[in-house]
Amino acid sequence: MNHVRTTINGEAAEFLCEPHQSLLECLRDILGLTGSKEGCNDGNCGACTVILDGRIVNSCLVLGVEAQGSEITTIEGIARGSELHPVQRAFLEQAALQCGFCTPGFIVAAKALLDQESSPSEDRIRLWLANNLCRCTGYDKIVRAVQQAAARMEERKA
Amino acid sequence: MSNPAYRVIGTRPIRHDGVDKVTGRALYGADFHIAGLLHGFILRSPHAHARIRRIDTSRAAAFPGVKAVLTAADFPAVSDRVVDLGEGATPLSYIRGNVLASGKVLYRGHAVAAVAAVNPQVAEEAASLIEVDYEALPCALTAPDAMREGAPILHEDLRTKEFGKQTDKVSNVAEHFQHALGDVAKGFAEADVIVEREFHTATVHQGYIEPHPATALWNNDGRVLIWCSTQGSFVVRDTTACILDIPVSRVRVTPMEIGGGFGGKIPVYLEPVAALLSKKTGHPVKIVMSRKDVFEGTGPTPGSYMKVKIGARKDGRITAAQAYLAYEAGAYPGAMVGPGGMCVFAAYDLANVLIDGYDVVVNKPSTAAYRAPGATNAAFATETVVDEIAEKLGIDPIEFRLRNAAKEGTRRADGPKYRRVGCIEVLEAMRNHPHYTAPLGGPNRGRGVAVGFWFNVGLPSSCTISVNADGTVSLVEGSTDIGGTRTSIAMQAAEVLGIPAEDVQPTVVDTDSVGFTAVTGGSRTTFATGWAAYEAAQDVLRQMKERAAKIWSTDAAKVEIERGVFRSGDRTMTFQDLAARIGETGGPVVGRAAVNPRGVGGSFSGCLADVEVDPETGKVTVLRFTSVQDVGKAIHPSYVEGQMQGGSTQGIGWALNEEYYMSPDGAMMNSSLLDYRMPTSLDLPMIDTVIVEVPNPGHPFGVRGVGEANIVPPPAALANAIYRAAGVRMSRLPMSPPAIMEALWR
Repeated sequence: MNHVRTTINGEAAEFLCEPHQSLLECLRDILGLTGSKEGCNDGNCGACTVILDGRIVNSCLVLGVEAQGSEITTIEGIARGSELHPVQRAFLEQAALQCGFCTPGFIVAAKALLDQESSPSEDRIRLWLANNLCRCTGYDKIVRAVQQAAARMEERKA
Repeated sequence: MSNPAYRVIGTRPIRHDGVDKVTGRALYGADFHIAGLLHGFILRSPHAHARIRRIDTSRAAAFPGVKAVLTAADFPAVSDRVVDLGEGATPLSYIRGNVLASGKVLYRGHAVAAVAAVNPQVAEEAASLIEVDYEALPCALTAPDAMREGAPILHEDLRTKEFGKQTDKVSNVAEHFQHALGDVAKGFAEADVIVEREFHTATVHQGYIEPHPATALWNNDGRVLIWCSTQGSFVVRDTTACILDIPVSRVRVTPMEIGGGFGGKIPVYLEPVAALLSKKTGHPVKIVMSRKDVFEGTGPTPGSYMKVKIGARKDGRITAAQAYLAYEAGAYPGAMVGPGGMCVFAAYDLANVLIDGYDVVVNKPSTAAYRAPGATNAAFATETVVDEIAEKLGIDPIEFRLRNAAKEGTRRADGPKYRRVGCIEVLEAMRNHPHYTAPLGGPNRGRGVAVGFWFNVGLPSSCTISVNADGTVSLVEGSTDIGGTRTSIAMQAAEVLGIPAEDVQPTVVDTDSVGFTAVTGGSRTTFATGWAAYEAAQDVLRQMKERAAKIWSTDAAKVEIERGVFRSGDRTMTFQDLAARIGETGGPVVGRAAVNPRGVGGSFSGCLADVEVDPETGKVTVLRFTSVQDVGKAIHPSYVEGQMQGGSTQGIGWALNEEYYMSPDGAMMNSSLLDYRMPTSLDLPMIDTVIVEVPNPGHPFGVRGVGEANIVPPPAALANAIYRAAGVRMSRLPMSPPAIMEALWR
């Protein structure tokens, strides 16, 4: 067992894990953060996307032990208390989810995009989200939701 | 028929389960946890076809951390019988045999044995110690292969049913049916132009992002409790009870949130195994499939071989149409060729039709429904031939379809006569859309059109509505919510009650807590469970009128309600005010309804697709896409559009990329989401939608259902667009870059 110290969603988090366990397993099975989903376990669906030290990663492709000393943001840490993040609100208003299983990964990835780019083009959004598979929506409403969230965040800044 | 001035229907409220789903709080099957949980693993066949000579589980059972091992021999011995568990009448032995193989394995990935252990890694490692002695057999992988004389036989006891009659012929053809209308020979003789083409389509998967999960606890009181992800909790209950040979009342299924299904989460794979492992260990057992398990062990949709022949006169009238449909059922009969035969010419008003359908077993996973199952294959064939005929006659392809379009009174070759349908309205909306006449704007580009049909289904649904003292209601239903149906059902209740959608709190409950409700499938949920909600709300209103009458000392017949306001003479009371007084006027008000609606309304869909074909690589880029569908009445237009966009995208993936790439010995070579390439956000443009509303006379609000018809036309529309862009008629799916290059070089 390895002792791993991290910061998850702004709070110090420690856990014990086996060296072979992925960060996704650690989040879901050890820490009970089941918002990150396993769709493929080989980095191709993006349902397990988290932000690790400012970069989006597939948490199924990161070992738990590699997270030592890292700052991690999961879907559970996107809302500020009772206030939804603009991306979350836009997903609801644009009906950008159907089954909702890929949604946590998309929201985390979109949030990371808007953290660094204030008004990405449609092409830029599509490229950024190309690591996340959605089988329900055809992406149309997801892209629109990200555009709406970007616009709202800009308005807020102005 | 219906009041056009709806207050709730047609609006776009935030879905009731939305916040849970954007914050990661919604609990899906694999998120379920319970104390004492063990983890299961299923050992799967490495062979596409083999006899199981012997299974030795002793080394696995002795492995540290292993709590139980089982094989099909551990299932209770019950005599075979035909059961209907949600997908039509099927021998129980087939359903059980697909859950765990007995005697033979029929496809690579077929479940053979299961292990329960302290964690998933130990279970998997122990499973590798199970020794299975296989006698490998030759395999048949496609319908034409399996139909050949001398083909390897999958089921020695399978005898062909021919035109509804059981024959003695042992073969891989489970059934051959025929639908005939008029006289095709006469019809073809009257034709000025006849086109006949052959088509092949590859096996494709539904591709939901959530792998199948199930947890079961065989409790000490003898009850089996199941938490899983399914399109039909009652299907899971009834199937598990059948296989375990216990009464249905001993099984309780709690449907967790479901991460997509598209038909593929109707069949039961894991639950009876998890339940039996729980019985053996005394612990709850959870099994979650890997992505590879999902591809290799769960139902894809059939590959097919088809021939379609259509004749037409110079004036653009079709004189005869003939189809030969051979669909791959996979390991067990049930290839969805029946629906294929119903839908193949469903968009046309025809006098002379002959349809032959063949349900063929092959050594691939047992197929399951996939969004309008069977119809997409058939429409690919029909709509490509129709396009070629229109071209030969020099008639605009939409105009040609309009001259032959199905309408009220059209008799389909398989029997039904249409009530009011929206085929013509869909075609007119396509023709009138600015997309249809917009310039293509470059070389190697083309535009294609196609239409498709899905009949939709009814089936039973149940619902209860309880009135709360604060003027809201709680709605309890049994339809698992895959795409926002909690809200589309709640909105129908809200409309009846005259309250906002937000004042209805819908909850999907377990099989003990609601009346029987059939699967979320067949585009039926908003139609049928919505109808149950409509009836339950009417029941609430009847009781509320009695309460108002009591307060006003009048007769309930003299109380009227309009838009949430009760009225008798000049006295009025809002729903909220009356709800506050139900305690003092007699206690709880609970409305209930169970329905089995007959007034199903089929849905037509069409699309316009612009593509660019790269002559160097064969890559097809979708430049613009418009989906048009008659949905009857759109309850929540955003989620209706979402269904149309999602179905279109699945159709695009099916058309351009997706396939089970099989080795000659029956191994799927691309069983990952890297190699089985579904469309990403980068592969697509925005998908424009046009909602056509030709109300279904068989539903109180005119609902038809929207989930399926939209996947039917895209492959044909793309094939027609590719033809206009590159000059080649494609007859195989997928139309992937190598297939396009091969056609260009031919």
